[in-house]
Amino acid sequence: MSIDKVWVLAESAGGAPISTTLELLTEARSLGGTVEAVTWGADGAATAPVLGEYGAVTVYDVGDLGNALPGAPVAGAIAELIRSGNRPDVILVPTTYDGRDIAGRLSAKLDLPVITNVVGLTVEGDEVRSQHAIFGGAQVATARFTGDRPWIFVVRAKSFAAEPAGGGAPQVTQIPVPDLGATNTATVLARHVEEREGPKLDEAEVVVSGGRGLGSAEHYALIEELAKLLNGAAGASRAIVDAGWVPYSHQVGQTGKTVKPTVYIACGISGATQHLVGMKGAKNIIAINKDQDAPIFSVADLGIVGDVHKVLPALIEAIKARS
Amino acid sequence: MNVVVCVKQIPDPAAPQALDPDTKTLVREGKLILDDSDSYGVEMGLQLAEQAGGGEVTLVSMAPHGETSGLRTALAMGAARAILVSDEALKGSDALSTAKVLAKAIERANPDLVLAATEATDGYTGTTPVQVAELLGMPSITFAKKVSVADGTVHVERQTEAGYDEVEAPLPAVVTVTAGVVEPRYPSFKGIMAAKSKPIDQLTVADLGLDASQVGFAGARQQVVDVAAAEERKAGEIVPDEGDGAQRIVAFLEQLKLI
Repeated sequence: MSIDKVWVLAESAGGAPISTTLELLTEARSLGGTVEAVTWGADGAATAPVLGEYGAVTVYDVGDLGNALPGAPVAGAIAELIRSGNRPDVILVPTTYDGRDIAGRLSAKLDLPVITNVVGLTVEGDEVRSQHAIFGGAQVATARFTGDRPWIFVVRAKSFAAEPAGGGAPQVTQIPVPDLGATNTATVLARHVEEREGPKLDEAEVVVSGGRGLGSAEHYALIEELAKLLNGAAGASRAIVDAGWVPYSHQVGQTGKTVKPTVYIACGISGATQHLVGMKGAKNIIAINKDQDAPIFSVADLGIVGDVHKVLPALIEAIKARS
Repeated sequence: MNVVVCVKQIPDPAAPQALDPDTKTLVREGKLILDDSDSYGVEMGLQLAEQAGGGEVTLVSMAPHGETSGLRTALAMGAARAILVSDEALKGSDALSTAKVLAKAIERANPDLVLAATEATDGYTGTTPVQVAELLGMPSITFAKKVSVADGTVHVERQTEAGYDEVEAPLPAVVTVTAGVVEPRYPSFKGIMAAKSKPIDQLTVADLGLDASQVGFAGARQQVVDVAAAEERKAGEIVPDEGDGAQRIVAFLEQLKLI
C-alpha cells in the first residue's frame, strides 16, 4: 500500500503559518501522494494561499474555536472526518503546545499510536520511517509503525528546510466539531503576551544561553546583555529553569526548544544530554565552562575553560568597545 | 479534594543508559528512581489538597518488577497511598497502551484532579497525559506553570509560545505541570519513616480488566528498527582562559561576520 495522502496540521499564529507548518508541508511533498492541510482558529483559513504555495491542495478548516483550548475540538473534528471515510496514510503534527495536545487526543480517539520527537523521515518501500535523536543526540534511532494508518508523527521544529512549491490556492472545506462533552470544556479566559526584545529563540541567528555555572539568577542579566549586543536571543538550560531563575520559554533542550543558530554560546552549561539534544544542530558552538571535563566541550568548536564571571563581562566590554 | 499524581519510576538519568540489543528499548532492569519531573506534580498535588482543606494524594505508576523505590520517595513527600501496575506483559508498552493502563488505574481512585509531568525524562513522548484524559472523558490543560482550584474548577496559567494563557476547566480534569510550577519539598526523616508503612496497591493487567494482547510488545504498534551512531561533530579547539578567552571569542565571531 503506497503513501497516497499526507495531512499536515497547519498551525498558525497571527494569521500566518508557523515556520514548522511550512517545514512539514515541504517534507510531506517528498513522502509521495497528495498533501492536504488542517487549519483551525479564527484566522486559520486565511493562511490557505500560503499553504497552497507549499503544496497543500486541500485545506480542511475547523474554523473559529471561540475560547476553547484547541486540543480536544481540533482532534474531534479530524477524527470525525476520518470516520466519515476520508483517511490519510500519514498525519504530520508540529511539536508545539497545541500540536501535542491534538496528537494525544487524536491517538486515543482513533485508538492509533503516535510517534513523537521525530527529527527526520524516510520512505522505505510502502513504509515511512522516522528518525529520533537519542542519548543527547549521540545516537539516532529509526522507528516505524506496524499497525493501521493513519500513522501520526509529531515532528520537532527545524527538522526540515521549508521550500515553496509554487502551488496555487487550495480548496478550503469546512469541517465541523462534533459534540465532545466534558473533554471540550477547557476554556481560555485571557491571553498574556510577554514582551521579548529581539529575535525569537528558535529563529535567532545567535543564541546565548546560561546555566547553573552562572551561580545565581542575577547573573542571567549578563546573558541577556550579550544576546542583545549580538542581536540574538537568550536561552537557558533546564537546571536554571527548574530553579526558577528564568521562565520555561527560555529553555533549550529535549523538553524545551530546539535551536539551530549560526552560533550558540553556552555559558556555565555543563552539557547534560537533555541540553545537547536541543542545540547540537547549531552551525558553530562556543562554550565557556570552568570544568574542562564538561560534556559541552565535546560538541564545542571553541571552548574556553575558565570562569564565566570573568570571561562574560570581558566579552561584553570587548564587543561594546567595537561599536 | 482527591488528587491523583501520575509518577514514573525511571533508570537514574545520571547513570549510563543502555538499549536492549533485541528490542531496542531502554533497559529498565536495575533500580529505578522517581523521575525528577514528577516531583513537581507531587508537590502541587499536596499543596492543592492542603488548600482544599482535606483529601488525599494518590500516586499512580506503572513499572517493572514491582518497583517501589520511586513511589516511596513520593510517599515520603506526603502522598497518602499508591497504585502500582506491574506485570511482565507490560514490557514494551507504547504511550497509548501505557495511557490505557494508567486510565484504568486512575479510575479506581476516583479523583477530582489528575496531575502529571508534561513528559517523562526517559522516553519523553509527551502525549500520555492527554491520551489518559481522552480515555477518561476529561478535559485537559497541559504545560501549567501555575495551578489553583476553587469551586469545582481548576484554573491554570498555561505556557504558550507568546507568553501564557489563563485557562480553566471544570473538575474532574487532567493537568500537566512544567518543572518550576512549585518548589518540591525534600522528604523529612519523619516522612521517610512514615512512607515505609503507607499502602501500595499492586495490580496486574488482568486486575484492571485489560487484555494482555492490548499492551506491552504484543499491543505496541510501533517499533524501533535501528539505532546508529550520530554523525560526530568535528573536534573543536578547547583552550584554558589565560585572560584572552574573551578575545578568542571575539575573533571567532568576527570570522563568522557576526560582529
